[in-house]
Amino acid sequence: MSDSVLAGENVLFTVFALATCLSAVAVVIAQTVVRMAFWLVISLGSTAALFFLADADFIGAAQLIIYVGGTLILLVFGVMLTASGPYLKLESSPGEIILGGFLGLLFMFAVFSSLQGVEWPAPLTGDSAVIGAPEGNTLRPLGLALLGTRPDLDLRDGDTLSTGYLLPFEIVSVHLLVVLIGAAYLARAKRRANAAVPGTADS
Amino acid sequence: MMLAAQSIAGFLEGIIGESLAEQGVQYVLAAMIHAVLLVHAFALSPAVFIWLERKVSGRIQDRLGPTRVGGLFGWLQSLADGIKLVQKEDLCPPAADSMLFRSAPYVVCIASFAAFAVLPFSSGWVAVTADCGLFIILAVLSLEVFGIIMAGYSSGSKWSLFGGMREAAQMVSYEIPLAICALVPVIAAGSLNLGEIGGMQRGGMQNWFIFHDPFTFIAFFVYFVVATASCKRAPFDLAEAESELVGGFHTEYSGIRWSFFFMGEYASMFAVCGIASILFLGGWNTGIAPLDDALYAARNSAAPGGFAISGYLANVIGAFIFVLKGSAGVFVQIWLRWTLPRLRIDQVMTTCLKYLIPISCFLFLGATLWPLLLASSTDRSSWTSEPLGTRFAAEVQESTEQLSTANQRQALAVGEDVQ
Repeated sequence: MSDSVLAGENVLFTVFALATCLSAVAVVIAQTVVRMAFWLVISLGSTAALFFLADADFIGAAQLIIYVGGTLILLVFGVMLTASGPYLKLESSPGEIILGGFLGLLFMFAVFSSLQGVEWPAPLTGDSAVIGAPEGNTLRPLGLALLGTRPDLDLRDGDTLSTGYLLPFEIVSVHLLVVLIGAAYLARAKRRANAAVPGTADS
Repeated sequence: MMLAAQSIAGFLEGIIGESLAEQGVQYVLAAMIHAVLLVHAFALSPAVFIWLERKVSGRIQDRLGPTRVGGLFGWLQSLADGIKLVQKEDLCPPAADSMLFRSAPYVVCIASFAAFAVLPFSSGWVAVTADCGLFIILAVLSLEVFGIIMAGYSSGSKWSLFGGMREAAQMVSYEIPLAICALVPVIAAGSLNLGEIGGMQRGGMQNWFIFHDPFTFIAFFVYFVVATASCKRAPFDLAEAESELVGGFHTEYSGIRWSFFFMGEYASMFAVCGIASILFLGGWNTGIAPLDDALYAARNSAAPGGFAISGYLANVIGAFIFVLKGSAGVFVQIWLRWTLPRLRIDQVMTTCLKYLIPISCFLFLGATLWPLLLASSTDRSSWTSEPLGTRFAAEVQESTEQLSTANQRQALAVGEDVQ
């Protein structure tokens, strides 16, 4: 791609990266839960935008539908149902702030040092990149990888034949099914053994 | 970049000259043109649909509706409303959380605007082509709820809070059947790319996915009901419910912020009806086989990446048909709103959890088994239409034949030059 497209992508990347980081900081600083949720929406939405910029459509859309559309709405719904006052506030003591800040810095150090330590493979170029993912269209290679084939691996370069992600995919599917059944079991109307049900109590 | 800007970029490349074209300026300009066009589509569709809503509701209630502003039929009524709303004072109640209160309308607007970015208006006329376009559009439309919940929660009013909570409860459950029903035609198509799904339904009404099998036929109606609910339109407009909650989530809003909610609502009505027309009703295809073939030929007359006026006109006709189908869907939603009484919140939840989710799961399962059943009992994988594979094989053969004749001509021309 040519210069001005690259420049445009860089500007967009800067905007969304800043939005991600600043609103993540705002999540920590904000004191009402719903404001935190709002900043979290901005942060996660910008992360999704970064995925879209990196031509990872599927992950970006999954980020939006799972985290923003699902988890956050459930969180706000929970706050609205359970809050005692009009605006639920979370106030933290100085000790908690120091401990949290220390843990946060520690985590940042861990992430940075591990990013430094990894030798990143060069981005795919040539034929295998085109077969694997023509720009923006990661869905087909992803789907094939989940079914157990990896068209993006170039066997001529000494890549071994991979089974893809069939096993993790099946494990996750079964896990989710178990979770669904468990949730239905927990949520069903319970009949106590000794409950005095009118009409049946006498017999 | 995921921009399918080839035709516009190709057109611009001829205008701006080589030195700028080498730096790729035409791509950036094309991106801007797309953005401006989308903003207009997003802003104008609510203006038209709000006028339509007032006119249709008037006629249904044996009134005339707007008649004065802008001459015949009062067609400038929305503009007059808009000017009035811009002038009104922008109020924020003292009990409200002002930051959230002020930003909530933007969340609603951005969510439904972003849906337009992946919605194809005609073959190749889409701002962003994505392989998982349908998934993106469903993800983005689900964000609209968050703006409404935020508005309800931050207003500092119990009516707004009730509205927001109802909306949250309703939407969390209605998103499930919406996604499952949208998947039923996807099984028939084998693609999540909205452009591809639309293109597959070329060549007559029997190729539309609504007539593909009995399950897609039922899925269309279930999808339409669920889509109506997901736009919080009557009979599912519990979040507003003006006869019990004053105005629901937008009770405390005034002026232009109030109108942003309605821009978002009408734009997402068009978006869900547009998805319905692409998934089930043939998208930009006319449904008349000879006409479809003629338009298809006109579209392909241009060289790849090039620009041809006949192809452009064919796409204009396609976009007109698509907008017509989407608007017909919006008209039916308006018709339903002024015909049916509002459900109670428990009835809304019962409809979704006890009826719509099981029905859509059954349809999903049926749609996966249908081709197997059909292929084992008869030789066909589809009842009404020629199977997709056969159609595409013919298409590919046609295009390779064209290519090979072109190559032969070229070879002949080269040979003559050598001689």
